[in-house]
Parts: sequence; structure tokens; C-alpha cells
Amino acid sequence: MSGEVALAVRGLSKSFGALKVAQSIDLDLAPGARVGLIGPNGAGKTTLVNLLTGVIVPDAGSILLGGHRIDNIKPEARVRLGLARTHQINTLLSENDVRDNVAIAVAEREGFAWRSMLYTPQWRACREEAEARLAEMSIGHIADRRVSELPYGEQRLLEIAIAMALKPRVLLLDEPGAGVPSTESHIIHAALDRLPTDIAILIIEHDMDLVFRFAREIVVMVQGQVLRRGAPSEIAADPEVRAVYLGRSRH
Amino acid sequence: MGELLVRPRLLWHALPWVIAVAFYFFAGGYLSLGTQVMIWILFTLSLDLVLGYAGIVTLGHAAFFGFGAYAAGIFCVRVTGDPLLGMVVATLLTGVVGFLTGILILHTTGVTFLMLSLAILSMLAEFANKANSLTGGDNGLQGMELSPLFGQFEFNMFGYTAYVYTLVVLFLWFLVSWRVVHSPFGRSLDGIRQSPRRMRAIGTPVWWRLVAIYTLSAAMAGSAGVLSAYAARFVGLSVLSLFTSGIVAVMLILGGVRRIYGAFIGAAVYYLVQDYTAKLNPYLWEFVIGGLLIVVVLFLEGGLMSLIDLMARPFRRSTKA
Repeated sequence: MSGEVALAVRGLSKSFGALKVAQSIDLDLAPGARVGLIGPNGAGKTTLVNLLTGVIVPDAGSILLGGHRIDNIKPEARVRLGLARTHQINTLLSENDVRDNVAIAVAEREGFAWRSMLYTPQWRACREEAEARLAEMSIGHIADRRVSELPYGEQRLLEIAIAMALKPRVLLLDEPGAGVPSTESHIIHAALDRLPTDIAILIIEHDMDLVFRFAREIVVMVQGQVLRRGAPSEIAADPEVRAVYLGRSRH
Repeated sequence: MGELLVRPRLLWHALPWVIAVAFYFFAGGYLSLGTQVMIWILFTLSLDLVLGYAGIVTLGHAAFFGFGAYAAGIFCVRVTGDPLLGMVVATLLTGVVGFLTGILILHTTGVTFLMLSLAILSMLAEFANKANSLTGGDNGLQGMELSPLFGQFEFNMFGYTAYVYTLVVLFLWFLVSWRVVHSPFGRSLDGIRQSPRRMRAIGTPVWWRLVAIYTLSAAMAGSAGVLSAYAARFVGLSVLSLFTSGIVAVMLILGGVRRIYGAFIGAAVYYLVQDYTAKLNPYLWEFVIGGLLIVVVLFLEGGLMSLIDLMARPFRRSTKA
């Protein structure tokens, strides 16, 4: 419970009937951590993200975010305490332009929506910050485009820009490379490399090149349990990991 | 350049109000029709906030229009005929009803919500029907005697006072709506309509936002009901009917959702078509309105407002209203 830990998960468990989707999971993320979460389909990776963000309520265990107990509060309250995520499937506001997608997140972070008497200068500030966030993700040039017109790669970058606009302490990246053609995946790689070093990041990804390149530590999940945790080189060499996971799914 | 462009925009915004004021002087026998149009503009605007902006698909909005009308009528008969106090009390009460029913049913979405909103409307209608001593039942609420506005202006059969009163109330609610939809709060509603999941992911308390706009919209619809009670000095059971909910939805779709002025166009066109075709043949108008609705829904995404966009394009740089 020291200030050194950004996210501390202890004994997190969840069952759907007889199916144990999370079995006493422990996980620590230090500030600046780059942890990759891998495992075969159905291992419980997305369930873990849903437990962390509060979409699913755990049966047992605790989650601490920067020392605050968050497993008993609502998803939106967790976001305000500094837990941001990106989505595997697209949830962007497709009718709005790129800038407004980020500006709305800035407005929520600042709590402007309940205080709308002086909204004109507030909203202008939100849009200005949004442009800066887009520039950080090197998509500043598409600020005026409607989201529904964007290619998939740029939508993924926008997802990350929105999450960063929330000034998170912990960022959960749920398959940031999903659906991006391999010719464009270097754009995602470059954007991830530029994320601020003080944020703790947990990345779930099927693209092994991306995970092993980005993560400094890898957690392998199988059947709702943490099987191994270690440096990428150790994980890649681990015979048990290779047996249950890499050997089967890596083409 | 930028400064010059401000003026034509302001002229566009002034246009509906200039027409409304001019109508007062030139309407003659049509003045009460003008009052009706403005009442329905206000009601349609209130529906636009929940259905258009927040994406809450309701068929129960007549509950608030009807509640406001009955509240104002009963307050007038039982307490005092002061039209300002009556407006404030009935509007606030309707807001409370919106808040309580919203808390009850806004957990749900889609067809479930639609059914629950209908159920609340039906319950209110049945209550108004049965509570004879309070509402007059199916004879309607009679005996409303409004005091003159500011002790000067009588609500009488010529309808001058009702017209101006309605215009002022509509304008005030228009200003509120304008602020709401352009504020970060309004933008978050638009976001909730498109993707509640996205909004939760950026920390939006989705349910509270919906309760807030539902309450505000209910109060607004209540005000429209109050105005209709004052204009007629009578309240009938039809204000609480599904048909009333249906008409306001037709006006909104006809004019264009999420456009503010869509409510103005939709309600005005509906009444113009109704008035004109009913003169030709009393059974024709619903047929014409139905046909118009089909044409708009099939060919004009964005309602009649999108036609105005097309016509206005040569004069304006921005196409957003």
C-alpha cells in the first residue's frame, strides 16, 4: 500500500456459475510500468480488464488505485480517480469530429458538464487541449474530420488520445493494434513508445511482436489464473508458457 | 471577414422571432392558431432535448404536457388565478414528476423504456379520468378564471394576452435549450446517445445526466401544457393521450431532430398543413401529414431543416445551426 504502487490487485476472483473466469489474481503495476497481458482465447484477459474498470463486480479480492480502494465504486468514479482504458471494439462518437471526441473527455475530466454557466471559454479551452493531445498522438492534422470517415489505424490512435486526455495514472490498453493492417502497425508502435513514462500501462494484445516490443514485463494468464510473470525473454523461453500458449496460437 | 459574417448569422436567428412578433399585428382571426403553434413548438423543443439530443426514445411525453396543463388548471381553480405564479408552480411540479419517473425508469433503454413511458402516461390519464372532483373527469376541467397579467392584460377570447405570454415563455425556454445543447452538458448527452459505453469510459455519470435532462425536459413540456391550459382556459383528457405524444413526435421528425429550430419548422408546418387541408376536406389533413412524414423520413435525413440548409447554403459559410 505504499505510494510506489499505481495499481495493486489482490486475490481478485470471479465466477459465472461453475466457470471460474478469474481465480485469485494478484497484480501490481508500479508507476511507469509497461506490462503485457497475454494468454490464449478465453484465458480471462478481457474479464480482468472489466473487473478492473468496474464493468463486472468481483466475487472476492481488492483493487487499489494509488492507495484508494476502488473495487466497490462505480466505473465512472474509477475513471475520475485515474484509471483509463481503451476499447477493443469501436466506441468512438462517430458523428462528432476528432477534436470534439477528445474535448468531451477533457470536459468530463474537469467536471465542466455540471457547471455550464460559463461554458464558452471552458469549451474553447477543452478544444485547445484536445488539439494538443491529438498532436501528441501525431494525428493533429485530422482534428476536423468526422470520426466515421477515419481509417481504423487513426481511430485506434484517437482512442489512446482520449484516454490520455483523462490524465490517467493507470492506462489499460485493450488490443490497441486490433484491426490495424500490418503495414500501419508501426504507427501504433511509435505512438505507444511516446506515451509518458510516469503512467503505468497494462496492455492486452494478440500481436506478439507488439507486446514483446512494448512490454518490459509479461503476465501470462491461463483459465482465469496467472501462470507466469517475468521479463519478455524469460517468458519467450519458458517451456510451460510455450506449451500452453505460444506453441498453439503463434503461427 | 470574420466580423462581417456574424451579422447574417444573427439575422437568421432573429427571423423566427421577427415573424412571431409581426404575426401579432397581422394575424387577425388567426392569432389563436399562432398561439397553438408556439405552444407546440415549445412541447416539440422539450421532446428534442430527450429524444433528439439524449437519445431517450419516449412515447410518454404527453404525460408532462398533460400534467402541466392539469396542474395549472387546478391551481387556477383551487388556489389563485395568478398566471405567473400558476406557471411557476405547475412547471416546477411537472419537473418533480419528471425527476421521480425518470429515476424510476431511466435504468432501462429501448423498447422497455418506451413501454414504461407509455405506462406512466396511461396511469396519469386514468387518474385524471377517475379523479372527477379534481379534474372534472371526461367533462374536462372547467371554471378557470385567470387574473389579468400584471393586473392589466386580460386573458380573453381575442387571445392577445395569451399570444404574447406564450411568445415570452417560448423565448425563455428557447434560450435555456440553446445554452443546454451547446454546453459541455449537452455535448455529453449527444455522446451518451451515440455511445453510453464510451461516455462511461471517460467518467461520465450517464444515469444522472439522463435524469437531469429528463427532468428539465419534463418541466419544459409542463410549461407548454400550462400555456395550452391558459390559452383555452380549459383542460380536456386529450392532453394525456398517446395521440398527443404521437403528434409531438411527428412534429419533431418532420422539422428535424437535434436542430433546435427543427421544432419551430415542424410544429408550424404541421399546423399550416392541418389548417389548409382541413378547409378543403376535414378528413384530408391526416392523410397529407402522413404522406409528408413518409417523404421526409425517406428522402430528407434531418427533416425539413435540411431543406433550409440547402437554401441557406449560398448565404452562409457554416452549415451548422
